[in-house]
Amino acid sequence: MKTPFRTAVLAIVGKDLRAEIRSRELLSVMAIFAVLCILVFSFALELDRGAREEAISGVLWVTLVFASLLGFNRSLALEGDQGNLDAMLLAPVSRSAIFFGKLLSNYLFTLIVALVILPLMTVIYNSNLLKGWLILTTVVGVFGFSSIGTLLAMLTLHTRSREAMLPIAMLPVALPLLLTAVRASTNILNDAPAREWLLWLQLLAAVTLIYLALCWLLCGFVLEE
Amino acid sequence: MTAKTKVLSLRQSAEATPMPALLKLLTIVTLVGFCITLVLGLLVAGTDIQQGEIQRIFYIHMPSFFGAFTAFGLTVVGGILYLWRKSEGWDRIALAGVEVGLAFALINLVTGAIWARPIWNTWWTWDPRLTSAAIMALTYAAYLMLRAGIEDEARKRSFMSVYGIFAFTSVLVTLFIIRVVPETIHPVIVGASPQNAQGGFEATSGVVMALIPSLLLWLTLMPITLIWHRVRIERRLEAVNRLKMQILSE
Repeated sequence: MKTPFRTAVLAIVGKDLRAEIRSRELLSVMAIFAVLCILVFSFALELDRGAREEAISGVLWVTLVFASLLGFNRSLALEGDQGNLDAMLLAPVSRSAIFFGKLLSNYLFTLIVALVILPLMTVIYNSNLLKGWLILTTVVGVFGFSSIGTLLAMLTLHTRSREAMLPIAMLPVALPLLLTAVRASTNILNDAPAREWLLWLQLLAAVTLIYLALCWLLCGFVLEE
Repeated sequence: MTAKTKVLSLRQSAEATPMPALLKLLTIVTLVGFCITLVLGLLVAGTDIQQGEIQRIFYIHMPSFFGAFTAFGLTVVGGILYLWRKSEGWDRIALAGVEVGLAFALINLVTGAIWARPIWNTWWTWDPRLTSAAIMALTYAAYLMLRAGIEDEARKRSFMSVYGIFAFTSVLVTLFIIRVVPETIHPVIVGASPQNAQGGFEATSGVVMALIPSLLLWLTLMPITLIWHRVRIERRLEAVNRLKMQILSE
């Protein structure tokens, strides 16, 4: 008998959360990397104040994408190396439940990192990033990255040099998400009227939904053993 | 049987099938068509008043993008059908589509750079469309790298089918970006150019007359013929590899 979809997904998310609370392996690496990234960008752009203000949303998204890449790689490598993925595939749960379980835990971790760096960037870049719409853009955009990233991390898990392969595979595919997210957040940060950025936010949501649907359709093929 | 005669008989079993008559016909028609479109674009069409002779590169530049579009589109079709039917032939088409499409995308980038040098006074600029076209080429370069990195054959085929489907988003972004992002300097030929487009020209009847045959050729015959040839090479390659394994195992 198959475990119901919801139970299986929640079990996988619970397992990842428990492992994370005990080891703090993933979140600490992602958060430290993200903070370092922001500081390095801050130094690099320090000389030109104007450029720094222009670049804030770019820095935000590039940092998030890089930190999430690090997290996805680790999170799937942990499953693969310890034989956990094979065990999950043996369990009577549907393939998409495994995918959505990993997706949700990856999403949760990346979202926590995002919620840490938003106030941090507010302080370091002296610009208010804690706006409702910007947080909504982050919540939607990070979900898009997590879905495509989780699928591609499962795909690159079996390649020869998987740590190097995920960025190469994911960055071009994530471009539509990055483009719309950066557009929306730049305009929100500049207090532009809603008609200038609402379209970008809608596009971001649409791309995220399309990717989620594609991932849901295709995850069964990536998880076969 | 001596080792040598054994190798010979094995080689005969892996001998490629003769070229089908349809493929021969397609190859000839494509070559002749290519010559005709070149004559139309380089000699028959009138010289652009503002840009001069350099405008003629457009008759290759734009069609080559659509050739890549067809090839990458066939990769998506091949990928979906492979995942559905699990027949290796579809995966070969998907792989051939990536290689042919990548070649076309590079032709597109290089001809664009050659045109931009006199018209924009620079080989390259980080314009939204140029950037997305470059990223499109990189996406498919990543496809080939990723493919080389997976060892298990069946896994490689289904994984790359999945990636081939996702990679197509970069083609769609390149196609639609100049309609969405207004601050591009890349001209739009069909429909109104953005305000800041540099070096656009009108699709007059002379331009259209030279463009349409070229576009149709690059959109259909060119990618299909090349992909067919590439699929045959791939099949031969696989036969050779099987033969190698067979000899090594004896």
